[in-house]
Amino acid sequence: MSNSIREIENSPVLFVIGSNTTEAHPVIANSMKRAVKKGSILIVADPRKIPLTRWATKHYQHKVGSDIALLNSVMHEIIKNGWHNKEFISSYTEGFDELQKVVSAYPPERASEICGVSEDGIRELAMLLGTAERVALYYTLGITEHVTGTDNVKTCANLQMLLGNIGKEYTGVNPLRGQNNVQGACDMGVLPDVFTGYQKVADETVREKFATAWGINSLPETAGTKIPAMFDGMLHGDIKALYLVGENVVMSEPHQAHTIRALEKLELLIVQDIFFNETAQYAHVVLPAACFAETEGTVTNTERRVQRVRKAVEPPGQAKEDWWIISELARRMGYLMDYTSTEQIWEEVRKLTPNISGITFERIEREGLQWPCPDINHAGTCYLYCDNIFPCGKARFQPAQWKPPAEVPDREYPFVLTTGRRLWHYHTGTQIRKSAGFDDVFPEELIEVNKEDAGSLGIKNGDYIRVVSRRGMLRVKAWVTDHVSPGLCFMTFHFHEACANALTNNAFDPFAGTAEYKACAVRLEKEG
Amino acid sequence: MKNIILNINGRSIQTVEGRTVLKAARENGIYIPTLCYHPRTKQAGKCRICVVEVEGLPGLRISCSLEAKENMVVLTNTERVLETRKMIVELYLSSGKHNCISCEANGRCELQEVTYRLGIEKSTFPVLTKDYPPDTSSPMIIRDLNKCIQCYRCIAGCNNIAVNEVLDMGFRGSNMTVVCDTNKPMGKSSCVICGECVQLCPTGALTEKKAFGKGRPWEIKKIKTTCPYCGVGCQVHLHVKDNEIVKVTGVEEVAPNYGSLCIKGRFGYDFVHSPERLKMPLLRKNGKFVEVSWDEALDFTASRLLEIKKARGPESIVGIGCARTTNENNYVMMKFMRAAVGTNNVDHCART
Ligand code: SF4
Ligand code: SF4
Ligand code: SF4
Repeated sequence: MSNSIREIENSPVLFVIGSNTTEAHPVIANSMKRAVKKGSILIVADPRKIPLTRWATKHYQHKVGSDIALLNSVMHEIIKNGWHNKEFISSYTEGFDELQKVVSAYPPERASEICGVSEDGIRELAMLLGTAERVALYYTLGITEHVTGTDNVKTCANLQMLLGNIGKEYTGVNPLRGQNNVQGACDMGVLPDVFTGYQKVADETVREKFATAWGINSLPETAGTKIPAMFDGMLHGDIKALYLVGENVVMSEPHQAHTIRALEKLELLIVQDIFFNETAQYAHVVLPAACFAETEGTVTNTERRVQRVRKAVEPPGQAKEDWWIISELARRMGYLMDYTSTEQIWEEVRKLTPNISGITFERIEREGLQWPCPDINHAGTCYLYCDNIFPCGKARFQPAQWKPPAEVPDREYPFVLTTGRRLWHYHTGTQIRKSAGFDDVFPEELIEVNKEDAGSLGIKNGDYIRVVSRRGMLRVKAWVTDHVSPGLCFMTFHFHEACANALTNNAFDPFAGTAEYKACAVRLEKEG
Repeated sequence: MKNIILNINGRSIQTVEGRTVLKAARENGIYIPTLCYHPRTKQAGKCRICVVEVEGLPGLRISCSLEAKENMVVLTNTERVLETRKMIVELYLSSGKHNCISCEANGRCELQEVTYRLGIEKSTFPVLTKDYPPDTSSPMIIRDLNKCIQCYRCIAGCNNIAVNEVLDMGFRGSNMTVVCDTNKPMGKSSCVICGECVQLCPTGALTEKKAFGKGRPWEIKKIKTTCPYCGVGCQVHLHVKDNEIVKVTGVEEVAPNYGSLCIKGRFGYDFVHSPERLKMPLLRKNGKFVEVSWDEALDFTASRLLEIKKARGPESIVGIGCARTTNENNYVMMKFMRAAVGTNNVDHCART
């Protein structure tokens, strides 16, 4: 998030797009709902009638994968009416002409056909956003999990730059991170092209700095492989060994059959986890890890706040902390990592990472600190780009053209399947489904099907149906509802008994490598 | 903000203009009980137990809504104050079934605490026999309305903090009671089981089902940590007894959640103690997994990695880190791949 959670409650206008906030980030949703109670305007753009719409001033139900068309058209209308922030644009940005050119191709008449929101709806949305003093934009995977994910994100940023909603309180482009430490894993350089704090692998001085600190001669300079290419590499035989730390890829990667085929080709699969999950059965070796309650350390939340994790109980049996296991492997491979505590590791990270070098365990004992926090006296940063100082000088508009999802419905597979999460469950179910009570609340996977569609297919609420895509099929109970519009279905990947990823498409955003979990084509078949 | 000085129980106290007498007193360690007021739900003006005497003002004053003034002289423990508090507590005690011995809230109950502090042994009023059957319909929360003192905290929490708009006060007169939606059992209502109401309840009227019978507050160690689920990063207290997490509550004083949690953070903790947890390294031998020692597992893994690296080069090895584990674990993982294996083939599921 460019801005902070505590600002949400006082933001005059909240624009939530592609985020099922009450279910995926419930405590942030509480702040949004409190804002509404205080008089803020909450605008939701989402293909489904998500629970947050109950508190929304307006809900625009655009089609899955049409975000760019919708937002470009909104920008078109904003510029047409002169609502854009001319002063901000001329002083702090570049590329406005290009943006104007691109969005001029999206008049509401055209965009409406693509995104399914009425022309007047688009104009109204443009007015609400364009005439507001400040708007804070929030998004989640509804924006990123598309083949155009990177362009979707850029388009959100374009909109906020156009309105000057950057670098101030109650504004910003705010992705809500789905897992407790996605932010931190990125910050720590668990990415193929960067070290900690996004220091580039391609940069020689950076490489030298890390090589010196790590006591080795040199570090590899070409960027590594992203996850999607890893699986392809396994299938082609270029990749022989996979070390998985805490990832249940069989459940979480798109196109399950493809994932399994790739895993089966490996000469060595190392699974390090807290449970014998669905992926472990393909492993050659399984290493038992300690869980969050059995370990010390830090995690970084969605607002860049580094917070403590503390050990509360002993791990079961001989389970060990990840860092101990990894260091032991390194030692046995001839590379010494002799850590004795997580604080020692953090101290090493902090010295190598300017962005967070002011954060120590002692300083975050009571409350976490938000990076950038470059020195020990720095109070942390609530919102980025204060005074409109951008890392690359001026902020650049990066306009994008709308493209449809990689797979769209046709006669054989006439429905769009989109995926997401439920309040009652979490990800691949490894934790929640082993906690008591949750299966009482929401015992099994349901596919949301619109009433009209159900009617024409003769499907009744509670019927088991078969869902078939080009990549797989599964059996699941139908939930006939108007949460989804006609032509759209919704599922999650919480249940191994009926995991949406048996169906999803392994088409990826070419830049980020994010899979298009949010759109694939399926056919619904009545049982019997 | 202007600093002001007032006098409480003969002590000179400094606070800032606009603070209430209650807040000024509490900041300075002076005890004033409250049953309806809570720092997060603010004053409700229901229980009146926070009364104090103020020099120059007639009668007793409710300190949770009384603004502190320069040179104000406040007394928090005069006979009149204590008699009034006693009467209030006795009325509460007589209006419900308060059997502390078996109550899950024993030791953290605020009604019990004031009763004890005021030296009340039992109510002098006749006990009104309320006889609500306990509502156990929710998978996570037990509601025992016989212990409800109608402080409104849960209602304020559900409507103004979590904004789930489930709870309200229903019925009139002596039948008045907290209701879910249109007086539905909690488990059949629109409750999303965030537990905000449970954390705020001063008595045993709302308690955590899974924590029942698992330990008393004085046997429990509270460990502050971060919720292991979504990216909000809520701060939680793990309540631990005998190496077992028995309950989770939200940390009230700090960002980002100031006490609030959702169903996952508050109730999704027992996977930690699942019998299915991996306890030993497993090695596949002749197609079957067998338990082995750490030495064997690590030696096997390290030597296989070295063999593959030698035969196929470091680029044939890839590592996937974890968006669920700590920064330190992730750092060590990426260092391992880059320094020990010698490849940049390291990624994690930032994308899922
Ligand atoms: S658990 Fe949450 S939603 Fe349910 S009644 Fe309590 S505060 Fe309201
Ligand atoms: S249930 Fe608890 S919090 Fe709610 S009114 Fe009764 S005593 Fe107060
Ligand atoms: S308690 Fe709920 S909202 Fe808070 S971090 Fe955990 S999962 Fe997220």
